[in-house]
Amino acid sequence: MIISIASGKGGTGKTTVSLNLALSLNNPQFLDCDVEEPNAHLFLKPSIVSSETVSVPVPEVDESKCTFCGKCAEVCAYHAIAVIPSGERSRGKVLVFPNLCHGCGSCGLLCPCGAIKEAPRNIGTVERGVKGGIDFIHGSLNVGEAMSVPLIRRVKEHIESGKDVVIDAPPGTSCPMIAAVKGSDFCILVSEPTPFGLNDFVLAVEVLRKLKLPFGAVINRSDIGDSSLEDYCGKEEIPVLMRIPFSRKIAEAYSRGEIGDPVFQELRNDFRGMHERIRGLSAKGGRPA
Amino acid sequence: MKICITSAGETLDSAVDPRFGRCAYFIFLDTDTGNFQARNNPNAEFQGGAGIQSGQLMAAEGVSAVITGNIGPNAHQVLSASGIDIFTGVCGTVKEAIEGYKAGKYKPASAPNTGAKSGMREK
Ligand code: SF4
Ligand code: SF4
Repeated sequence: MIISIASGKGGTGKTTVSLNLALSLNNPQFLDCDVEEPNAHLFLKPSIVSSETVSVPVPEVDESKCTFCGKCAEVCAYHAIAVIPSGERSRGKVLVFPNLCHGCGSCGLLCPCGAIKEAPRNIGTVERGVKGGIDFIHGSLNVGEAMSVPLIRRVKEHIESGKDVVIDAPPGTSCPMIAAVKGSDFCILVSEPTPFGLNDFVLAVEVLRKLKLPFGAVINRSDIGDSSLEDYCGKEEIPVLMRIPFSRKIAEAYSRGEIGDPVFQELRNDFRGMHERIRGLSAKGGRPA
Repeated sequence: MKICITSAGETLDSAVDPRFGRCAYFIFLDTDTGNFQARNNPNAEFQGGAGIQSGQLMAAEGVSAVITGNIGPNAHQVLSASGIDIFTGVCGTVKEAIEGYKAGKYKPASAPNTGAKSGMREK
């Protein structure tokens, strides 16, 4: 079963939940898809066994063949190309903005002059390692790079069928989050019971419903804030899988990067129970029994 | 000579729109005749690349100068590659901006003065 862990915003305890879930399972795969700020390795401290660089193809224009017809700029859905016709103030030019290019290849296909060829552009790395029984895979995006989706896809290509998989998704509700949770059997939304937390939670719920993904909530620091998140889950029939009260011991162990701390050991049984419950829920499409 | 001013509205009394790539209107002005034409910015709602495509539009229109509030790095690159002068930090009405330009009050900007996507509307 593939379980993704997401949250409408960062800093809700998503990584803590992901890691503890993985640590409570037998020989799972753990995928850190938060490629802009991967941090699970800091807690898990896996030994890395392999590493690969990931690239996307970007167009390179041979201006000696180009007639500056503008077709490539017109067809690019990501507005990554500007064609400047030759005129009084400048000679003709084609500017490609690699940071916006998704490597779809359309411009090259449509160029009537065969002036475009593709060159690989490095966007980041994927590393694989082990820790205990955990098969650990994460991606890290190059600094300043915006193209995280192809890297997330590459991380997910390491998923082996039949395994228990835990995916730590990027925070938010935009393309990277969707790329990470897509294809999972169940999604855990981690949130805090505050008005801001609720606001981001509702956005994430809308996305997951559009994706038709069964999901449930984990409420972190469940004893602070107000009851609006609980009320919303009740009204929307969203199962609350776990409530983790605020604990100074957890916060301190987390800030020391000690996920093996006994305080987390105590949580493991709860996580094992949650995994069983999710197995049942995902079979029923995520509605409470 | 044709120049372009980013504008919040369709008339010369409108305010200069501080955003380049995502401004509401482009006002194209013929400095010789004083004739102008306001055009809805077709790129205003783009998720990405608004500055690039607006820059390309300036090149296609053959303008020699752009007057606006802020220019991001991508738009700046397209406009400079097109040999278009860029005047940033301009505010007030479009009419005042034109007068200021004619009086030589503004200095061409040699570098972007804001980050990418800074003109994105808050949703
Ligand atoms: S489509 Fe080809 S020929 Fe036309 S502007 Fe682009 S690169 Fe040049
Ligand atoms: S490969 Fe696709 S995304 Fe990249 S510049 Fe060409 S058309 Fe745009």
